[in-house]
Amino acid sequence: MSEPLSTAAETGRRTRRGVWELVLLTLAMFGFGFALVPIYNALCELTGLNGRDQGMQLVATVQEQPDLSREVTVQFLTVVNGGREWSFKSEVAEMKVHPGQLYTVNFVAENQLDQDVVGQAVPAVTPGKAARHLKKTECFCFNQQPFKAREAKRMPVRFMLDPELPADVGTVSLSYTFFDVTELAQRSAKPSTPGAATTLPRG
Amino acid sequence: MANAHAHDAHDHHDHHGPDKGIMRWIKTTNHKDLGTLYLCFAFTMFFIGGLMSLVIRAELFQPGLQFVDPEFFNSMTTMHALVMIFGGVMPAFTGLANWMVPMMIGAGDLALPRVNNWGFWILPFGFAMLLSTLFMPGGAPAGGWTMYPPLVLQTGNAFPMLIFAVHLLGISSITGAINVVVTILNMRAPGMTLLKMPLFVWTWLITAYLLIATMPVLAGAVTMLLTDKYFGTSFFTASGGGDPVLFQHIFWFFGHPEVYILILPAFGIVSTIIPTFARKPLFGYASMVYATASIGFLSFIVWAHHMFTVGMPLAAELFFMFSTMLIAVPTGVKVFNWVATMWRGSMSFETPMLFALGFVFLFTMGGFSGLMLAITPVDFQYHDTYFVVAHFHYVLVPGAVFSIIAAVYYWIPKWTGRMYNETLGKLHFWLSAIFINVTFFPQHFLGLAGMQRRVPDYNVMFTDFNQMSTIGAFGFFLAQFLFIGNMLACMFGKRDGKVPERVWEGAHGLEWTVASPAPYHTFEDPPLVGDNGEPVAAGKPAHGH
Repeated sequence: MSEPLSTAAETGRRTRRGVWELVLLTLAMFGFGFALVPIYNALCELTGLNGRDQGMQLVATVQEQPDLSREVTVQFLTVVNGGREWSFKSEVAEMKVHPGQLYTVNFVAENQLDQDVVGQAVPAVTPGKAARHLKKTECFCFNQQPFKAREAKRMPVRFMLDPELPADVGTVSLSYTFFDVTELAQRSAKPSTPGAATTLPRG
Repeated sequence: MANAHAHDAHDHHDHHGPDKGIMRWIKTTNHKDLGTLYLCFAFTMFFIGGLMSLVIRAELFQPGLQFVDPEFFNSMTTMHALVMIFGGVMPAFTGLANWMVPMMIGAGDLALPRVNNWGFWILPFGFAMLLSTLFMPGGAPAGGWTMYPPLVLQTGNAFPMLIFAVHLLGISSITGAINVVVTILNMRAPGMTLLKMPLFVWTWLITAYLLIATMPVLAGAVTMLLTDKYFGTSFFTASGGGDPVLFQHIFWFFGHPEVYILILPAFGIVSTIIPTFARKPLFGYASMVYATASIGFLSFIVWAHHMFTVGMPLAAELFFMFSTMLIAVPTGVKVFNWVATMWRGSMSFETPMLFALGFVFLFTMGGFSGLMLAITPVDFQYHDTYFVVAHFHYVLVPGAVFSIIAAVYYWIPKWTGRMYNETLGKLHFWLSAIFINVTFFPQHFLGLAGMQRRVPDYNVMFTDFNQMSTIGAFGFFLAQFLFIGNMLACMFGKRDGKVPERVWEGAHGLEWTVASPAPYHTFEDPPLVGDNGEPVAAGKPAHGH
């Protein structure tokens, strides 16, 4: 490229070629923007970034091997997005658990509107490095939760911290944010499948 | 160049001068006409964006709510940023590239003149769409120019207008960037090797690549916002399995290179002006080129320093902290070279030089506050405070905007054939330099003391510094009328006295070998460029090939 050019025809040919290369680069970068979505999700699952990874997923069976010598505090946090539709609480604020043992905790949500709504709880675990060690055999967050007008529901979560949990983690926070997904549920007629929040239909 | 003149007048009857009337400007494919259009458009947008900033500063003159609703205040911060970035600084640089790149490399025009026309005329439509939202029910976008979901998804009718406006501005920038790259790589005059190109051409080449690589990513991100709002996707909707933090990553993957898109051409301008008025060649030309390229590369791996507080793993925070600090190295090389260029030079202080010196000093201050923000633990305190506002205004106003003003003063005698008024120019510089510091320096203190950005009200203890800042903002805005008047006089005033081809006796480069004003067509026959970057005298072969 450093040598000067000769004929107009030659310049025209190189110009056309250069333009096409750059247009392709533009399209590739437009695609790359979208490719960042799966890349990001893969990275999150790999690193526990944002408290999202296997810990969010349904684990069919777990082997209980309680490590009675160790006690970890698990805190339960509840948030309602927008804060209007539900009252949403955990029955206990926190509990002491032994890694390797299954526990059940109940969450209670009450629809405060005079109309039917569909809720979806999105979990997050802090610290991020604990996320992959929180296994759940049952969680209301795996499904969209339909509520009749003024209906209250008690929803269990059955979970275990696996004994691999890093030794420096003394407290794990499990937070649920309840979203109103009534519109989303109506729009996608597809029934939501049990599975991870991260594998929910992405449109 | 008398040659080009004669050429123009007699030989090329198919390439006569411009059409008459308004159609000249609508149909033009001439790089000089389009450069003028881009610059006029940019200064119109600077004016509109400036008025918006005055609304913000007027509201912040006192604590409590005085003049505008909080919602409208938020619209003003959002629109001010969008207008200044996409309507002011970027088109101004594109306008300068239109005017100067072909003349600096000895090309007759840009490679794709029609695309150039199209790229420009998209802009007024894009901004008509964006600005029309100010008059819509529900108001203009108010969620910040960064368009973070879920907040931005609450925008009313303005939302699709915002998204499509961003699409249009992106298309315009990309067409401009492709044009610049192809022109620089294929249409240099014989003898104009890559490492003989003026630095302004180099910095624009790298800027153009940054534009091509990042504007499509922004287009993708805002398209995802659009489908999230209207088509039931959940890219960024947590309840559907998406993640709003993902948007921040994608946005800043665009946004950080964008920051360098806004400053690299400024580096090129300053690297052109300082040698002229120090009457010495640029110190460390090759290191300037490599420093620019390193900054371009590094800009792609630092994006998450905009979101230290979002909750990233420690390793990521460390990585983004150190990679950000690394950028200070090539930037330091540049500042060192500018200072070394002046060392023992025969300096004189015409208006372009004053603005270039103001740039070096004040941009470096903005760079230092950037280094402070790069320190992750410190950023937790500074995040979303006026310290950040002070930082990016220091690099954008006395940085990018001063360089644009310097460039216009420097080249307008070449463009119009009339010299600007030096006394008014110097007055404009000193008023601008003083008021810009009165405006933004106190904001450092406000930020460190905890005043949040994007909030129309504040604690009474912040009142004094806010009042200083507001006075500075009004002063700076008023001072710009000196500039507008000076430029209008150059464009439309009486042509008394002849402006020489080489307007500044210390200036070098092909653009100073054509007549002032530059003929409508220049370098239709490419000159043979010698080792000094200027045409070889007729009959003598170029050296060094």
